[in-house]
Amino acid sequence: MRVKPIKSLVQKPVRIPTHLLTTVKSAIHLISLSWVAYMLYLTISDAIPGDPVDALLHFTGMGAVNLLLLSLTVTPLAMLFKAGSLINLRRLLGLYAFLYASLHILTYVLFELQLEWTLIGAEIIKRPFITVGFVAFIILLLLSATSTSALKKRMGSGWQRLHNWIYVAAPLAVIHFYWSVKTAELEPIIYILVLVLLFWLRRDKIARFIARSR
Amino acid sequence: MLIRSNKTSDLTENDVTDEKVYRDRRNILKGLGFIGAGSLLTQPAHAFNWFGSDDEDLFQTNELTFSQPRAFQSDEALTPEDKVTQYNNFYEFGTGKDDPYANAQDFKVDPWTLTVDGLVENPITLSFDDLFKRYGLEERIYRLRCVEAWSMVIPWIGFELGKLLKDAKPLSGARFVAFETLFDPEQMPGQRSRFVGGGIDYPYVEGLRLDEAMHPLTLMSVGLYGKTLPPQNGAPIRLVVPWKYGFKSIKSVVRIKLTNLMPPTTWNILAPHEYGFYANVNPTVDHPRWSQARERRITTGGLLARNRIETQMFNGYEEVAPLYKDLDLRKFY
Ligand code: HEM
Repeated sequence: MRVKPIKSLVQKPVRIPTHLLTTVKSAIHLISLSWVAYMLYLTISDAIPGDPVDALLHFTGMGAVNLLLLSLTVTPLAMLFKAGSLINLRRLLGLYAFLYASLHILTYVLFELQLEWTLIGAEIIKRPFITVGFVAFIILLLLSATSTSALKKRMGSGWQRLHNWIYVAAPLAVIHFYWSVKTAELEPIIYILVLVLLFWLRRDKIARFIARSR
Repeated sequence: MLIRSNKTSDLTENDVTDEKVYRDRRNILKGLGFIGAGSLLTQPAHAFNWFGSDDEDLFQTNELTFSQPRAFQSDEALTPEDKVTQYNNFYEFGTGKDDPYANAQDFKVDPWTLTVDGLVENPITLSFDDLFKRYGLEERIYRLRCVEAWSMVIPWIGFELGKLLKDAKPLSGARFVAFETLFDPEQMPGQRSRFVGGGIDYPYVEGLRLDEAMHPLTLMSVGLYGKTLPPQNGAPIRLVVPWKYGFKSIKSVVRIKLTNLMPPTTWNILAPHEYGFYANVNPTVDHPRWSQARERRITTGGLLARNRIETQMFNGYEEVAPLYKDLDLRKFY
């Protein structure tokens, strides 16, 4: 069965001026980098009341998920408003999601487990919520490593097939989040709903992805 | 309040209402997950003190008079007071570690009644003043090991639970002690909304075996760092059982009831395979989602502090071991 892509809300394509796009990109750079730099400063200087490791683990985890979901909103927005040039933002947001996820895992390994290597391996295998986060991270790693334009050209249709795995990584990340809290909390449930909405907006794509991987 | 230039001294009735409305709104936002949309928002906000209470609307604590028995002093590094009072699990005020500090400052503790009843010869009712006067207070520096694998060292002030129980004269059938936290949804946002309170069925309840409750280490605490407890730490009176995971040390207690049957306990009801009735600190029995072999000791030094240490059996309070000599601690975790 062929699922149709969502209809756009506008007749004419919305043209986004180049300078506006550049500004948005600069803002993404500035916010993502300065925010995490500020958090690092606060935690290293012990300026956070409470546990600095927990604060950084939480901040980087939430940052990664937020950026990941933001990157998934780009294509639906571009389609709804026929604003093709928005697509340029997708890679940037995705790469920052990867940066935050990397810092998240570094925080866990360096500051939570403090390089207790035997435990790190055991935790990834034994604890389902860590396993799920780990798999999500490996996918993000592969996507980031192949994100350059040159590789995209070289890999041809294989590139698209690989990058469709974002639709696996995102739910895994959200499941990992849901699983990491001790009780039923609203926040992860909201993230699940947002993810469902985003998937629904790309149902054509996901239907094809599923059909192909059968 | 977000923008306020007048001093507290010129607070009007209106401002007070505003404050309450503001806090409620904040809780709604949090409930919806907006403010709580990760510490992307809340953590730096707290650092800037946008939402966190300004000093002037902090809960008022008072100096206490107490002795400092040598046996309970310690040369371990203490956890700084601001960490003890701003990094808490108290789901009645929200599930985030910074929620209790942010949401509990208006909590009313006076008047208070703590009743001791059930299988006792002499039921007791303590008023707010009794909590501080009936028994001589002493300072005890205890390690606190949270089930989440972090720990603190805290100078508590309080009296032995055993003294109170002896006064109540347990009947011969009494084998367990059940504790209950205040139930007051008006004051405790987590009890008003399942989403703020993590889906727990309130009131929070805990329990000990009678011999555990009578152990001289078991403390009813009314203060820390020389002053009465702030609400986020369980004002006006809480239990402290230093050889058990932190969640056993129930806060803001209103009732202590002696029973013949093992009483239900909140976390055990919620996730029996993760949290047992005993919940003794035990490095050899892992939580299903993480290892309990080691812990991070929260003191000072920030992110780069090398603070990961071995967890000790019974949190290092070996003197309680005889209580469990006939118990399989793997099975009764
Ligand atoms: C090997 C990979 C990973 C490990 C070992 C790991 C580890 C952890 C740990 C230990 C926690 C804290 C649980 C707690 O204290 O309650 C956590 C929470 C979290 N992680 Fe990960 N994680 C991994 C991958 C990821 C990835 C790839 C993402 C997102 C793209 C992510 C997002 C989150 C989020 C959103 C939270 C919840 C934050 C909070 O509420 O405090 N994690 N993770």
